[in-house]
Amino acid sequence: MIWESWSEFFAMGGYGVYVWGSYIVTFACVIGEVLLISNRRRTLDKHYGLIHDSNKKETDNETTS
Amino acid sequence: MAINWFKYSSPASFYSLSGKMVPIFMWLAVVLLIAGMYVGFFVAPTDFQQGEAYRIIFIHVPAAWMSMFLYLVMAFWAGIGLAFNTRLSSMLATAIAPTGAMFTFLALWTGALWGKPMWGTWWVWDARLTSELILLFLYIGFMSLQAAIDDPRRADKAGAILALVGVVNIPIIYFSVQWWNTLHQGASVSLNQAPAMATTMLTGMLIMVFASWMYSIAVILKRVRVIILERESHTAWVAELRKKEAAR
Repeated sequence: MIWESWSEFFAMGGYGVYVWGSYIVTFACVIGEVLLISNRRRTLDKHYGLIHDSNKKETDNETTS
Repeated sequence: MAINWFKYSSPASFYSLSGKMVPIFMWLAVVLLIAGMYVGFFVAPTDFQQGEAYRIIFIHVPAAWMSMFLYLVMAFWAGIGLAFNTRLSSMLATAIAPTGAMFTFLALWTGALWGKPMWGTWWVWDARLTSELILLFLYIGFMSLQAAIDDPRRADKAGAILALVGVVNIPIIYFSVQWWNTLHQGASVSLNQAPAMATTMLTGMLIMVFASWMYSIAVILKRVRVIILERESHTAWVAELRKKEAAR
């Protein structure tokens, strides 16, 4: 095993700020990207729901008039 | 049995095919990421010159490779879309840009965090770093240009020209460490010589490279599916799909 303890692991031989700064920002970007796409999809689905309903109403009106 | 590959150039069939592929690639990415991090932090030894700081390599190199590779793929599909007027190719190019930009940013960010302890500076205006920064601007330029044009087909064409012209930057980035005197080290891994690092370090790095590939494929497919729905909203097959989803 390379590391004697967890604190040694987190210290990264004195380079902790640089190593963890790289990894944390990377994970934030990756998770953020996935969430942004899911959000874009959800917004679209909601929008579609509205369009769908209004279309429905329109066609209903057409048949009744 | 002949497979009709052109079937998948239609947004409708590609949409359903890619829907099945996204979870597969996402899981592969997660598994490879865990394996790569394990090798990177618990198997690979401390570097005799750089101490533990070198462990940034497990992100830095995959991110830098992906940033260049994704640009080539983006320009390729944008070019195909321009030449053959295929909608799906252009949508794919549009979907690649944000992921490429993210990897470019990460290459620069991790590079700065690696440069500070090793070179004593966050940033220098040398060939490698500057050309990678230009790559980030190319990605941002591509996205802004497309966002600024209302008609998607015209936006595709304008973006394609920008993307194709920007391809010239990729060999400049790649060969910058040979062509100019630079602070950045030369290639650690190349095709014609033995890699300049310990086997476990190389293994960890390559697993992380594969993880980035799988992640990119998953995320780009996920994004292109949304773009397909946005752009094809007027078509009969999307209406059909919505009906099916609503019934479920």
